[in-house]
Amino acid sequence: MSGSSVLKFLRKYMMIIATVVVVFVFNIITNGKNLYPNSIDALISQNAYVFILGTGMLLCILTGGNIDLSVGSVVCLAGGVGAIMMRMMKGMPEVAWPVAVIAMLAMGLLVGLWHGYWIAYVKVPPFIATLVGMLAFRGLANIIMKGEAVEVDNRSFLNIFGGGSDCYVPDFLRFLSPNSSLNVTCFVIGIAIAVAYSVFTLINRSRLIKKGYKVDSLPVVIIKTILIDAVVVWFSYKLAGYRGIPTALIWIALVLGVFAYITTKTTLGRNLYAVGGNEKATRLSGIDTRKVMFSAYTLMGVLSGFASIVNIARLQGSTPTYGVGYEMDAIAACFIGGASAYGGTGSIGGVIIGAALMGIINQGMSLASTPVNYQKVVKGIVLIVAVLFDVIMQMKRKGAKKKTTGSSSAKKGGANV
Amino acid sequence: MNGFSMKNVMKKNVMTIALFAVYVLFVILAAAIKGTNMLDPSVVTSLIEQNAYVFILGAGMLMCMLTGGNIDLSVGSFVCFAGAVIGLFSVENKILNEWYGVWTTQIVDGKEERVLVTAAQPLSTPVVLLIVIGVGLAYGALLGFLIAYVRIPPWIATLAGYLAFRGLGTQVLTTASTTNAISNFPKPLLAIFSGKLFETGWGEMNIPCLILGIAGSAVVVFLSLKARATKVKKGYQADPMWFVILKCCLIVAIIMFLTVEFALDGGIPVVVLWILAVLIIYGIITEKTTIGRHFMTVGGNAEASRLSGINNKRIMFVAYLNMAILTVIASLVVTARTGAANAFAGQEFELDAIAACIVGGVSAYGGAGTIVGMVVGATLIGVINQGMSLVGVDQDWIKIVKGLVLLGAVVFDIMSKKGNKKQ
Amino acid sequence: MAKVLLEMNSITKTFPGVKALDNVNLKVEEGEIHALVGENGAGKSTLMNVLSGIYPYGTYDGDIVYDGEVCRFHNIKDSEKKGIVIIHQELALVPYMTIGENMFLGNEQGSKWCIDWYKTYAEADKYLAMVGLTDSSKTLIKDIGTGKQQLVEIAKALAKNAKLLILDEPTSSLNETDSRALLDLMKKLQREENLTMIIISHKLNEVSYVADKITVVRDGSTIETLDAKTDDISETRIIKGMVGREITDRFPKRHDVEIGDVMMEVRDWTVYHPEFSERKVCDEVSINVRRGEVVGIYGLMGAGRTELAMSIFGRSYGIGISGDLILRGQKVTLKSPKQAIEAGLAYVTEDRKGNGLVLSNSILRNTTLANLKGVSKGSFIDPDKEYEVAEEYVKKLKTKTPSVEQLVGNLSGGNQQKVLLAKWMFANPDVLILDEPTRGIDVGAKYEIYCIINDLAKAGKSVVMISSELPEVIGMSDRIYIMNQAKIVGEMEASEATQEKIMACIVGVSGEADADGVGSEA
Repeated sequence: MSGSSVLKFLRKYMMIIATVVVVFVFNIITNGKNLYPNSIDALISQNAYVFILGTGMLLCILTGGNIDLSVGSVVCLAGGVGAIMMRMMKGMPEVAWPVAVIAMLAMGLLVGLWHGYWIAYVKVPPFIATLVGMLAFRGLANIIMKGEAVEVDNRSFLNIFGGGSDCYVPDFLRFLSPNSSLNVTCFVIGIAIAVAYSVFTLINRSRLIKKGYKVDSLPVVIIKTILIDAVVVWFSYKLAGYRGIPTALIWIALVLGVFAYITTKTTLGRNLYAVGGNEKATRLSGIDTRKVMFSAYTLMGVLSGFASIVNIARLQGSTPTYGVGYEMDAIAACFIGGASAYGGTGSIGGVIIGAALMGIINQGMSLASTPVNYQKVVKGIVLIVAVLFDVIMQMKRKGAKKKTTGSSSAKKGGANV
Repeated sequence: MNGFSMKNVMKKNVMTIALFAVYVLFVILAAAIKGTNMLDPSVVTSLIEQNAYVFILGAGMLMCMLTGGNIDLSVGSFVCFAGAVIGLFSVENKILNEWYGVWTTQIVDGKEERVLVTAAQPLSTPVVLLIVIGVGLAYGALLGFLIAYVRIPPWIATLAGYLAFRGLGTQVLTTASTTNAISNFPKPLLAIFSGKLFETGWGEMNIPCLILGIAGSAVVVFLSLKARATKVKKGYQADPMWFVILKCCLIVAIIMFLTVEFALDGGIPVVVLWILAVLIIYGIITEKTTIGRHFMTVGGNAEASRLSGINNKRIMFVAYLNMAILTVIASLVVTARTGAANAFAGQEFELDAIAACIVGGVSAYGGAGTIVGMVVGATLIGVINQGMSLVGVDQDWIKIVKGLVLLGAVVFDIMSKKGNKKQ
Repeated sequence: MAKVLLEMNSITKTFPGVKALDNVNLKVEEGEIHALVGENGAGKSTLMNVLSGIYPYGTYDGDIVYDGEVCRFHNIKDSEKKGIVIIHQELALVPYMTIGENMFLGNEQGSKWCIDWYKTYAEADKYLAMVGLTDSSKTLIKDIGTGKQQLVEIAKALAKNAKLLILDEPTSSLNETDSRALLDLMKKLQREENLTMIIISHKLNEVSYVADKITVVRDGSTIETLDAKTDDISETRIIKGMVGREITDRFPKRHDVEIGDVMMEVRDWTVYHPEFSERKVCDEVSINVRRGEVVGIYGLMGAGRTELAMSIFGRSYGIGISGDLILRGQKVTLKSPKQAIEAGLAYVTEDRKGNGLVLSNSILRNTTLANLKGVSKGSFIDPDKEYEVAEEYVKKLKTKTPSVEQLVGNLSGGNQQKVLLAKWMFANPDVLILDEPTRGIDVGAKYEIYCIINDLAKAGKSVVMISSELPEVIGMSDRIYIMNQAKIVGEMEASEATQEKIMACIVGVSGEADADGVGSEA
């Protein structure tokens, strides 16, 4: 019994443990450089797009291991649209950026609808439909940008979406401790979040107890809360030591929060898991599975649009080559985060871990002056190891039972005894 | 019970007809708009040479897709990596010198510096070929093992390969050379995979080429007539004579067209021989051999295939092993054509190979597809590519059109299957 | 007299080419357990699919009166709103979701934009208690056994406020203990919740145990309704209704067939289920078949027949297989279908679409699939020879097709079955195991298949024919084994076999099992 519960624990927290170990190892290799405040800051802004695209990709993967190969191209296309609009309306920068942002989201939405239609209603295999998108939208992006780089110098846009040198939340709480070397706002907010989280958890727990629902035992809740609080506070301390909260972080948190909510708390979220877990059962439960597929790809489109906003802000412009390989990063983040290649399992938490782990490894390696190319190799190996781990764990779970590929009919028949 | 109807023939060959139509269209458009002659020998030759890798990789991708719509995303990266390996061992470079060169230490400006005394000797072409094929076999076997026996979904396993080999390939090339590319390949290596057979000057008629073309045509005619004669003799249903003759005429026309074009452009490109070899071998495997049949059945109904005594896992293993070997050949062809191994080699090759298969009617769910279909698909995409750029459409629009052709082909396939079911 | 809850009047449903339901009438009273019995393909499931809106209003004729009003269901949601809930034979559960999530799939608690998980699990626990399941509602479905999954399905239905619960073969995947528990649960729900239930089942002992009324469906029509209070509802009586026809000369006679030595013998063959490894699907089965003999294995669905056949055929099913297989007097071990084929065995599956044929391939390719070597030189296929072979079998078996290039998916069921037979005949086996060789094909084609079986016997082959059609077994076999609950429970010469005798074997055993008490086997 204890053996199996250890296995369960490992299975559940494997990637978190791995992440901690990786951070620790790189900390030694890089003489602590990887935990410098500026490293942490860079980690977030450089990987913002992975978090956002990984979220969208998770929705697609949940529906049955389906992927979207076009996201890189869509990021480029939507980014191009936004950059050009801001250039066109240079004279009125305060109008330009909201319009551009809406245009980029709309562009993503259109692409999402297009893919959703072909995949859900015409039943074009997703990898083909999105392969088409990958080619076509890259081409379209080049056409609208006329093959050139388009610079973005709209200050408000850059500041809000995490580009340039001022893309941090202003230190409006400076007056609390004017001489501190830290960014006061950042640190205070970090502590506030930790406190709020603890209070909320405990209040919610007692509310549930009152209602007579089952809850976790108090020590478990307290340990969990303390751990999470510690991470939050440590994180805000590090960021405060640099320039404060990068605006990109707010957007990432927003997207992750919204989609964590959607996947766990809404019927749409449930349906995504159900379609991937057992499509027929879902249909028999009265759910329109086509609509579910359609929603997944539509949301993926919108998120690609959103990723393009963050992307052109960070790079302060758009070029026709942006976004190449992004789809692979997003897919890898999902799988490293434990999503099943056959659909039905996976979580936003997993995406966060997956994206962060890849980002940490990449950054650690470059801090340790490993050639850039090896990062790709390591990415590939991490991906295979993550999936291998999953496959082996599943075999273990089945235990001594011999693997047989009994025919479906025999199963049906055999089950009759 | 005649069984022969022109309508069915047309239906079966929709893509081929489309290919002809598109080709003719572009010939006319190119002449009318830009005054370019698309039938010019050098243009035709370059169409084939540029797309050589698609034919070769397409054959391998076809085998993977037959087993159930499985794909290999790593081929482009592996082309790059294999190219790097070839370069590493066949041309003098920094890595090789580091490993096998003779070094000494000298004092320059008061600092100790290592100085190369004798550069390492690159390996001979046959040895290089052995090494690179060995690398291919090793990768293919690993991939096949992970996919067939450990049951890692094919596209995850190959996605990892896609990432890893692009990185490794680039790393080797950047370390080996300051220009991030290895060139100056030895002549013998280049001659095996590029250049012309019995090369003659431009504008001259290349006689060996003509002879080969005529011989090839004769073989095709002979085989078709013989096949029909056998069928008639044994009393099977055979196509009418006029149709067989018409078919032969068309095929001979294509062969002779290409022959004359090649002959005028200095001879048969060596790469054409490689393409022909691959296509004929895989054509025979898929159409005529038991193992080819097994590929189809595994993709068509894995359970029926298992209960008919077929080892499904072994078939999956072979599919990916085979893909890796063909990728090595594609890499050799590409490296020889460009005369260099560089870090960008092979980008999006996997997409080209997949697109060729899909446009060529290979089922995205496995179990159905032919080499001829793949060739038609690859050529169609190649012609659209070349035709549009000759007409002056820019690369970006070509990408869009390519994408739409791919989508159209799949939708057409889905629709026609629905239509069949209703009947 | 209780209130009539459901009335289905002259329901007719046609599929392209087949009349699946022909003027079916069904009347169900409130609070009763109504059983629907009939052979495979009789139309029971079709009827229930009409009722639950899976076949929407407009695709069938006739009307459904439920709770006093005429209903027009366009999808499952419509019927569920009225409280009609169907539990399919194939469980509609998502393995990687928890019990609670599954129970409220499509019926989420809280609002669409904010599912209340605490309420979900609390509600789930409530309904789980109702069906007597003690597992936490947060357990994943994949971690509980089929018996419990079936209970979850019922809890899921109850959570939807079911008034009329339809259970399609609910015990088909359960062992004896779980089955009995389920049936008792049905009785309890009837008693305590006044729930109306329709149960479809092949297990007649269960039907007699649980049902208040039994409606017999045969060939798309309702034949009769028996009332447990007034009529005889013994299994024999039900079977008479199900089969309904007397044995006439629907079966061609075999002449001058010499029955030779024992060709294949199986001794003490025991097989365990691949997923529920403690469950025996074959229990010390011993059978033999001689040259030129047709041996019938009769048993109801799920008696272990298919499992026996597939485990003999190169261990293509089951785990922990023990026992001896003796071919031509020699003990052999066959570890894969390939070895089995080489040893001269052939298994013609009952599931021709799923396990037998490659529907997207031509007749030609399917015919030679199991014996490609037979048309090849080395590893090259000889197309002429292959064509010849395919033509030969099309002629021999009178397969109706324009050409051997026709895709098998486009053929009718009977012709598909012939292609499947052709495939295995061409593999040139000495022993053919035919699993339900006439399932789902029309009478004319059946006769032709019987002729083929006779020809095989005449050619000195040994044929094992598995069937759940009594007349067929009696009409076609030389000798009959009767199988029930993983065991051989009887053996008799066909000449002395009657339907009553065969049924007696089966009833005898189930009676015994009842008497033994439920727990002993588990």
